[in-house]
Amino acid sequence: MSLRNYGALAICAIATLVIGLAGCGGTANGSSAGPATASGGISPKKFADAVHAVMMADRTVYTKHVVNRLKSQESPVTPSEYWKDEDNTIPLPAQMFRMGSEIVSEDEEAGFQYALKSKWPLNEQNKAATPMEIEALDYIAEHDDNFYGEEELGGKKYLVAVYADKAVANACFDCHNNHTNRAADYPEFKMGDTMGGVIVRVPLD
Amino acid sequence: MLRYGVAIWAVTLAIAMSVPFAYSLLVAEPSVGKTLFLPGETTHGHYQIELKCSACHVAGGGVNNDSCRDCHQALKEYDTHPAKKFRDPTNAHRLEKIDARECVTCHREHEPHNTSEMGVTLPTNYCVYCHDEIAKSRPSHAKFEFNTCTASGCHNYHDNTALYEDFLFKHVGEPDVLDDPHVPPLTHDVDPAKRVSEPDAPQQVKFNETLASDWRETAHAASGVNCNGCHQQKLDDVQGPQWHDQVAIETCEKCHQNEHDGFVQGMHGMRLAVGLPPMTVGAARLPMKADAAHRQLSCVSCHDDHRFDTRYAAVDACLKCHDDQHSLAYKSSSHYELWLAEEAGAAAAGTGVSCATCHMPRVEKDRKVVVEHNQNATLQPSEGMVRTACMNCHGLQFSLDSLADPQQIPNCFATKPSVHVESLEMAKEWFEAKEREKEARKKK
Repeated sequence: MSLRNYGALAICAIATLVIGLAGCGGTANGSSAGPATASGGISPKKFADAVHAVMMADRTVYTKHVVNRLKSQESPVTPSEYWKDEDNTIPLPAQMFRMGSEIVSEDEEAGFQYALKSKWPLNEQNKAATPMEIEALDYIAEHDDNFYGEEELGGKKYLVAVYADKAVANACFDCHNNHTNRAADYPEFKMGDTMGGVIVRVPLD
Repeated sequence: MLRYGVAIWAVTLAIAMSVPFAYSLLVAEPSVGKTLFLPGETTHGHYQIELKCSACHVAGGGVNNDSCRDCHQALKEYDTHPAKKFRDPTNAHRLEKIDARECVTCHREHEPHNTSEMGVTLPTNYCVYCHDEIAKSRPSHAKFEFNTCTASGCHNYHDNTALYEDFLFKHVGEPDVLDDPHVPPLTHDVDPAKRVSEPDAPQQVKFNETLASDWRETAHAASGVNCNGCHQQKLDDVQGPQWHDQVAIETCEKCHQNEHDGFVQGMHGMRLAVGLPPMTVGAARLPMKADAAHRQLSCVSCHDDHRFDTRYAAVDACLKCHDDQHSLAYKSSSHYELWLAEEAGAAAAGTGVSCATCHMPRVEKDRKVVVEHNQNATLQPSEGMVRTACMNCHGLQFSLDSLADPQQIPNCFATKPSVHVESLEMAKEWFEAKEREKEARKKK
């Protein structure tokens, strides 16, 4: 993917972010984007920051204005892990997030991939899959900062940008703390804790 | 120089010869001659369309996932292992062992010596490639071999809709036969104001009163569908609608889209879906009745025209052709006794069990209960039948045990299952242990 393409995608992403924030007033995590490249394009790091901002804005809108609204109205429609199988249910915010990442992964022109992973995954699919992911999830759990690195997978080089995913609503950590898949060493999460990380992977070749 | 010239001629000749060869395989109409190019016997699922190479193969000879998905559309709805899950580059090390992004990694065609159930051409312990650490998160699984994951009625690679833990736990303790066993009633969109009773066929068309009488009893007459509605067909852009005694499947499709789409995805209609002539009974690999060999498969093969008796279509139409052990055992089963009781008015509607009850189950689509006309949809693999058919009347444990018992196929589920699937007990133990842990945490 050329830097020009990154630039175009980032402009779209940033535009969506601005519109999204104007609607919900939420904030997105991570902002230590690098400078634009010498050729006038946008750096992969800045691109990763931008798409992450959009992801978080969208999830904030879904959580705040869909899930919480249904709850506050005591609606018969509720979020459920088994939403595909139960009437009057909608996906959990984390599931909505993962479904979005699967759609992006199907789009070979998208130019990046992302995932929500954790040191304490309830679903084994969401555990760190590479040494760098292990390092990154450790880092964001211990620092109030994003993680950036480069790794090679399947013969291709990637920028790996990882952003802390924090407990922002009681429903998030209540459900996680009481989930049947929690392992014996699972933490008792509370508001503001880092529960996992959003991993954005951008090819560099 | 001479050698160089010979090489150019050889390459030119090869290209010249390969073009008609490729044309004959991928573009030309199927012919007996094409069988010469089949690299090996085709599987049960694909042999009907084996002479239409382009139904599966793309230019260059390969097979891409889109060709598979065109027919196996149900997988899109519930696939546990969709290709998109494996596009994350962190799967690179897994894909080196087994490229789960491609259907043909597990399902290679034309390899009969190497093919097991469901057209799988991998060794049956393929789950180990990715789930070798399963015993860490599920200690109860430490005792199992990896070739038992899918063979024991516990897991499926694609369809786990009746097998996932939460579903199992919700259905623990159900009786073998539920308290009110019956299939859901079909949704009928018939407007009584539209009923017609006088046939509108042109004068020159001859028909007898029996035929007209049959038609008056149908949902067609009740819905205002008269003779011309089916027989006046516009088959090309040159001529206007003309009367045809034979009704094309495309005419049925206009009103019965769901039924048509299911039909052409199953073994009965799959040849039509790729532009081949209809399947004939004589061409089937399953044992069929000799006197039915000439019959072609279309809507009216099962739904006798003008009467369109769905109860006939549900049993007798099947047994008119099918002659295998499973089909022949049906009339000795308790399922058939229930069917007869309903026929006689001695049992409530929906309590009888026909061939169609299990193989063409009533399913909900777009808030309507319709008949799934792809009779293979629940057989890929047969656990697909659990929720759509078995659980209308039976508990989950009984359903899983029955489908896991190889003896139940030839005897048409005439006896109680002799196999026991452990997964419900395991799910119960798992959830109860987790509940105890939760209580212990609260006390701390």
